[in-house]
Amino acid sequence: MSHIFILILCMGAVTYLPRFLPLLFLSRKQLPPWLSTWLDFIPVAILSSLILPALVTGGSPRHLDIVKPELAAAVPTLIFALKTRSLGGTVVAGMGVYWLAQRIFN
Amino acid sequence: MNNTGVPAKSVEKWEWAVIREGAGAAWPICLGYLPIGLAFGVVAQKAGLSLVEIGLMSLVVFAGSSQFIAVSMLGAGAGFLPVVITTFTVNLRHLLMSSALAVHLRKAGKGWVALFGYGVTDESFAFNMGLFRRGNWGWRHALVVNHVSNLAWFASSVMGGLGGSLIPPGSFGIDYALPAMLICLLVFQLRGPVYVIVALVSGVTAVFISLILPGNAYVIIASVAAATIGLFLSRKTGTGKI
Repeated sequence: MSHIFILILCMGAVTYLPRFLPLLFLSRKQLPPWLSTWLDFIPVAILSSLILPALVTGGSPRHLDIVKPELAAAVPTLIFALKTRSLGGTVVAGMGVYWLAQRIFN
Repeated sequence: MNNTGVPAKSVEKWEWAVIREGAGAAWPICLGYLPIGLAFGVVAQKAGLSLVEIGLMSLVVFAGSSQFIAVSMLGAGAGFLPVVITTFTVNLRHLLMSSALAVHLRKAGKGWVALFGYGVTDESFAFNMGLFRRGNWGWRHALVVNHVSNLAWFASSVMGGLGGSLIPPGSFGIDYALPAMLICLLVFQLRGPVYVIVALVSGVTAVFISLILPGNAYVIIASVAAATIGLFLSRKTGTGKI
């Protein structure tokens, strides 16, 4: 086994444990109501914290950057998602709008 | 969301229909992974990884941003421990996602839970949480989504390592498949005023923290803070409860 294979296996292990351990422990327990309410807010919070920085920041070191096609395309994509509530449709529409936005911004 | 083709018949046992429905619904994730996987393959090959190593990393680690960071560190000659520690830190956010997913895996055996954990990503997490809430979506469907996504990630990174990018960057707006999917999944999660407030707090906090701290710790910090504010608000108003 070469050095890089061992490295990849270790990367896999440290990635796997935070994914697996909460599933193992929390799926076997009755959670207190406050915790399940708290966890119910996690998806919306994570999605928003993943999306917004990607839309309004850029560069390295990161700085505010609001003049970019990702942000311009996000507004019509959001409206489309709100109106249609269609996942597949939003993906296709978002790609189309982004394709257009890239042409305008470049 | 009916046009994702997911009217499940049974969520209680393994059937061909479950595998078909899960795999059929996963296409937005696979489409989104395609350009990123290709790009990863290209970058990893340039950093000196062999095709087998590229495929193995995508199969074993299955966490996009950490893989990009790892190969760029390797390319710059970083040592073993810094790469492993960085990988751990970048992927720690999955802890929160698995905690929220756990409630949907009560009926799954330990072996299945172990297999499920391996496939928890930002995208599959958000996707499955959206569909669990719709009903007719069991842990078996979610497991199929996780592993079909992994297959797409593996295949596209190997393709990238093989022949460089088959798709020129920017074509068809394919780079926006994942952001668009996440935006729609966010809309599915806006189930009341408190959820909208949590989304706003989390997004704005994440932007501020991301400008101060390098790395992606902003995801965990902003999410924990915003969910806590959501809990506080739902206690006060009695809304937003499950």
